[in-house]
Amino acid sequence: MARIDLDLAHAYKHGPTHDGDFALLPLKMTFEDGGAYALLGPSGCGKTTMLNIMSGLLAPSQGTVHFDGRDVTRTTPQQRNIAQVFQFPVIYDSMTVAENLGFPLRNRRFSKEVIRKRVGDIAEMLELSAILQQKAAGLTVDARQKISLGRGLVRPDVSAVLFDEPLTVIDPLLKWQLRRKLKQIHRELKLTLIYVTHDQVEALTFADQVLVMTRGRSVQLGAPEALFERPSHTFVGHFIGSPGMNFLPVQVDGSGIHLGEMCLAAPPGRVLPHGALKLGIRPEYLGLVAAHTPGAVAMTVSRVHDVGTHILLSVGFAGHALKARLDADAVVNAPGDTVWLQVVSEHSCFYKDEELVP
Amino acid sequence: MSTLNKPVNQRAWLLVLPVLICVAFSAILPLMTVVNYSVQDIISPDRRVFVGTEWFAAIMRDPELHGALGRQLIFSLAVLAVELPLGILLALAMPAHGWKSSVVLVLVSLSLLIPWNVVGTIWQIFARSDIGLMGAFLQWMGIDYSYTGNAVHAWFTVLLMDVWHWTPLVGLLAYAGLRSIPDAFYQAAAIDSASKFAVFRYIQLPKMRAVLMIAVLLRFMDSFMIYTEPFVLTGGGPGNATTFLSQFLTQKAVGQFDLGPAAAFSLIYFLIILLLCFILYNGMQRVGTQEVAVARD
Repeated sequence: MARIDLDLAHAYKHGPTHDGDFALLPLKMTFEDGGAYALLGPSGCGKTTMLNIMSGLLAPSQGTVHFDGRDVTRTTPQQRNIAQVFQFPVIYDSMTVAENLGFPLRNRRFSKEVIRKRVGDIAEMLELSAILQQKAAGLTVDARQKISLGRGLVRPDVSAVLFDEPLTVIDPLLKWQLRRKLKQIHRELKLTLIYVTHDQVEALTFADQVLVMTRGRSVQLGAPEALFERPSHTFVGHFIGSPGMNFLPVQVDGSGIHLGEMCLAAPPGRVLPHGALKLGIRPEYLGLVAAHTPGAVAMTVSRVHDVGTHILLSVGFAGHALKARLDADAVVNAPGDTVWLQVVSEHSCFYKDEELVP
Repeated sequence: MSTLNKPVNQRAWLLVLPVLICVAFSAILPLMTVVNYSVQDIISPDRRVFVGTEWFAAIMRDPELHGALGRQLIFSLAVLAVELPLGILLALAMPAHGWKSSVVLVLVSLSLLIPWNVVGTIWQIFARSDIGLMGAFLQWMGIDYSYTGNAVHAWFTVLLMDVWHWTPLVGLLAYAGLRSIPDAFYQAAAIDSASKFAVFRYIQLPKMRAVLMIAVLLRFMDSFMIYTEPFVLTGGGPGNATTFLSQFLTQKAVGQFDLGPAAAFSLIYFLIILLLCFILYNGMQRVGTQEVAVARD
């Protein structure tokens, strides 16, 4: 088990000249020992590249990787003692399930006793015990991916276990169970787990700390709550949440926050820089309030969508479209009506050049 | 689905007719000619006697045939034993990407493009003990090498020639099998600290099984019917040390003009090949599916 420090950048082509050439822009990052992390971002944002650099399958084009302060930049996965699970199941067809699970241990010359015990434990956790003696070929894709997961978790002394979208091929119900299983395994074994995904629900439920990435840039590392409450970049606000954060262009000066024709007072106790800003407000915090409440804006309802657990309200004003998420028992108006929604509150975030104003 | 609403239309048979005619002319009629010869003794163009299965019985007792069949089996097995491992090694050694792989692919396939009798001629000259590069070199080394005089040397030369000619085919097939393995398998093996041998044993070999099966079938059938190269190189000699089945058949049919026994043997030869391929194919299919079958128990 190890703390992992990254201070690097990576480009797949020689002599990168501009940001677009980098798969990973220069970044500095620490993954604490025993943490459960998720790397979250859309496809092609560099998360798999980062994972492969950590595991040693790929050497960064510049910078270093340290495990517990030891420079491991040029070492192999074997020397780093790292485990990785891939998006599609990789199993050894000619072996039984038990042999598959024990393969990383056999290669590292663990004793037969230890191997049998570890394979038994892991199979128990992943509910593979019943098929241990079967050939791995011909199993369902779910079972095959469970074996892959098991091979990642079987080594007792591993530095970290990296998951590269491991649940993509699994059907939704089992996906839910496996994610809970992984969480439980993390608590029991205290392994450092790093989980790559493009699914925010997966990332936010699995990890203690989530790193949000886009186009090779690491935008924010934080607890799921922090990503939700104070996204440090408009991308995070937009990417996390369903639907994402609403953004409104505003002008701030000495008299208050100018939103189109209106002028609203800044939240109490907040000092904002003057000039053009973006106001971000989560649909969850865009609450219905009485007319002319301070910080509220009158908007026209364009669509009401009852999702069951909550009501999704599409509203618009002065050419801006916003979404509000209301409790299922809220009294809703019909399309065309005017409602007052709380735009400025202690939950509002302000962004200058896409970065959060502290 | 029921058969009730299926239209009955016998005209569909007409569509099969062209194929039937083609096959009749290309395969069935020639084969029947051979069958015709095999049951008659043709003494002169207008005098023939029906002899039933006599030719079959006679040829089966022919010690020359027994010798040729034995040599043929040993030769084909030797070809497989040498070319398969060598082809796999070749495939493993070939570069996987870039211009190097293209160059190597062309170089490796060169020997496959040479006509059979040219291959025989090349080796006939190459192995000559007076002027041939290999023959003269072996002589110079102090080995009294002669593929025309020494049966062992002749055997060795014919085998070497076949290995030179056909190992690239096995190599190319194995190479195709190797290239179809996704990178994730190698990455997973690196993560699992698998040794090079373990990667070969548990990833590469299992993934190559299908193409290797094709390689075994092709090489076995081809070598079992080998004719031109040894005919040009040794002419079946010295004595009949390198006379294989095809050449034995030619000697009977063309050399001695024993059409009856030759026809009878042709049919037997055909059936032997059919039978061996059937056994081989089924055997290997079973090896391939066995694991799946066990897993589904």
